[in-house]
Amino acid sequence: MNYVVEIKNLKKHFKEVKAVDDISFKVKEGDLFAFLGLNGAGKSTTINIIAGALDKDEGEVLIDGINIDNNHSGISSILGIVFQHSVLDDKLTVLDNLRYRAGLYNVSKLEFNKNLEFLSDKLDFKTILNRPLNKLSGGQKRRVDIARALIHNPKLLILDEPTTGLDPVTRILVWNLLGELRKKQKLTVFLTTHYMEEASEADQVVIIDEGKIVANDNPINLKNKYANDFIKIYKYNKKLLTNLKKQNYEFNIEKDYIEISLKNVAEAKNIIVNNASLINDFEVIKGKMDNVFLNVTGKQLKEF
Amino acid sequence: MELKKLGVLIARNNKLYFKDKLQFFASLLTPIILIVLFLTFLGNIYKTSFLAFVPENIQIEDSLVSVFTSSWLFSSILATSCITVAFCSNIMTNDKITKVYLDFKITPVKKTTLQISYFISNFITAFLVCFTVFIISLIYFAIIGFYLSFVDILLILVNIVLSILMGSLAASIVWFFASSQGAQNAICTLISSMYGFLCGAYMPISQFSQTIQHFVGFIPGTYSTVIFRNYYMRGILQHLSNDLPEQAIDGIKVAFDSNFKFFDTQVSILAMFLVVIFSIFVLLGIYLLIIFIKNKKFHSKLKIKTSNKI
Repeated sequence: MNYVVEIKNLKKHFKEVKAVDDISFKVKEGDLFAFLGLNGAGKSTTINIIAGALDKDEGEVLIDGINIDNNHSGISSILGIVFQHSVLDDKLTVLDNLRYRAGLYNVSKLEFNKNLEFLSDKLDFKTILNRPLNKLSGGQKRRVDIARALIHNPKLLILDEPTTGLDPVTRILVWNLLGELRKKQKLTVFLTTHYMEEASEADQVVIIDEGKIVANDNPINLKNKYANDFIKIYKYNKKLLTNLKKQNYEFNIEKDYIEISLKNVAEAKNIIVNNASLINDFEVIKGKMDNVFLNVTGKQLKEF
Repeated sequence: MELKKLGVLIARNNKLYFKDKLQFFASLLTPIILIVLFLTFLGNIYKTSFLAFVPENIQIEDSLVSVFTSSWLFSSILATSCITVAFCSNIMTNDKITKVYLDFKITPVKKTTLQISYFISNFITAFLVCFTVFIISLIYFAIIGFYLSFVDILLILVNIVLSILMGSLAASIVWFFASSQGAQNAICTLISSMYGFLCGAYMPISQFSQTIQHFVGFIPGTYSTVIFRNYYMRGILQHLSNDLPEQAIDGIKVAFDSNFKFFDTQVSILAMFLVVIFSIFVLLGIYLLIIFIKNKKFHSKLKIKTSNKI
């Protein structure tokens, strides 16, 4: 198995605060990896250590097999980062920003033009190439930030809340591009996000709370473990309510449907089979990442 | 490879400086103040001071007086611009304030390359501005009366390069430790307003009190100013010596800082150049030492952490 990120017993303290407290995890090549946690949980500290913008106290960080202590410049070449806030030159045009940054990775003119053509097409910013960054909208700036992180064809793309504040159309553009790059170039995406539906699409999810990892699995397993599935029954015979009570199921009666919380999928099957004649329309809904997060950390998502 | 990245960084820094109109204007504040002061009252004051040295029985053409006072003005502008433009065309602190520095930290560019790029950019932008002022002065003199020799022009140019080197190195050292907008504004304002006085650009050093004259003798910028004065005014003074007695010429040289005494010793032009060159080497040593200590500190920190782990 090829791992692009390997973190072993990583620790980082800021005086008394244990920002990252002995965490270990691995990210497979080509995976979409979601790193979730509240503000101050240790996400950005971990990202900054990986990026070389912050020194670690203890532990080992390997990027594509290279130890960050030994060859950081080698790692920088295969790394692209989209920070929470834009770190590009506001007074320079989009084209200048991308051209100067590409030059720092020794990207040839030919390769730069090719990458620029591809990214400006996919992220739809061809028409604003000659506009200064301070004249762009938030969404346009974010697209340029993402293009900057991808301009040198990195192997690992770190996205620190990349779609916060983006309109739905731009969000789709971004995810379509990342999907394409993962498929074609085996790009590994390391994501922190506030949008749980984005985390649901991940291959692996790690939840960090107060500097420690509290969950590490794929979304399905996490949902099975930490979030209950439920069934919604829309059209039913009233006798069903009596049956459910007899069968000791907990349920809520809403205006147009009954919602029954399930321990597992087998339970859904039993309810349908045992009450088949009383049910006309229903759907089984998998547990949500919001519930996973709430059950794992004991904290509401709105606290993000 | 690293050289190419250095080139990219310098191009980016320079473009950014000329795109930022506010910063561009701020760095030209001192020369603008000088021109305004000259046009409003300084010009007349210097004209009167100059004529005070002319014996009553000798008539000096107005155009010659204008050439003399203009020589004084342009030498003042260049003396201050070489330092203040270098200080106020600072990109390093801006990058720290706007967090753009973070973006460079994650690229495969050595820290030393980044730091050197700021110094070279500072030098280039200051040189472009000062060279433009120099060319304007030549055009102006070509119109009102040209008395500069080839050697004068060459040595003014050499002094521009040396003075900017001195200013850029001093600026790089100061900006290395500044990381806030407040610090940047305060330093820039202080340099812009104070340096003109300290180097004798606003008023001749000869008009300062004895104590201050002694004090400015310890500022290398003073010597750079006197060198500018010397070569800008040499030609016109030579021409005036045909009409004016030697005593009057000597008086003008002292009053308008074409000569300078360190305490009671007359400082030769060669000695002035040597003071400026020596200052450049001292500042370069300090700058390289800072970069070395900072980078060594970073690497040893990494080593300690790695060995702790083992």
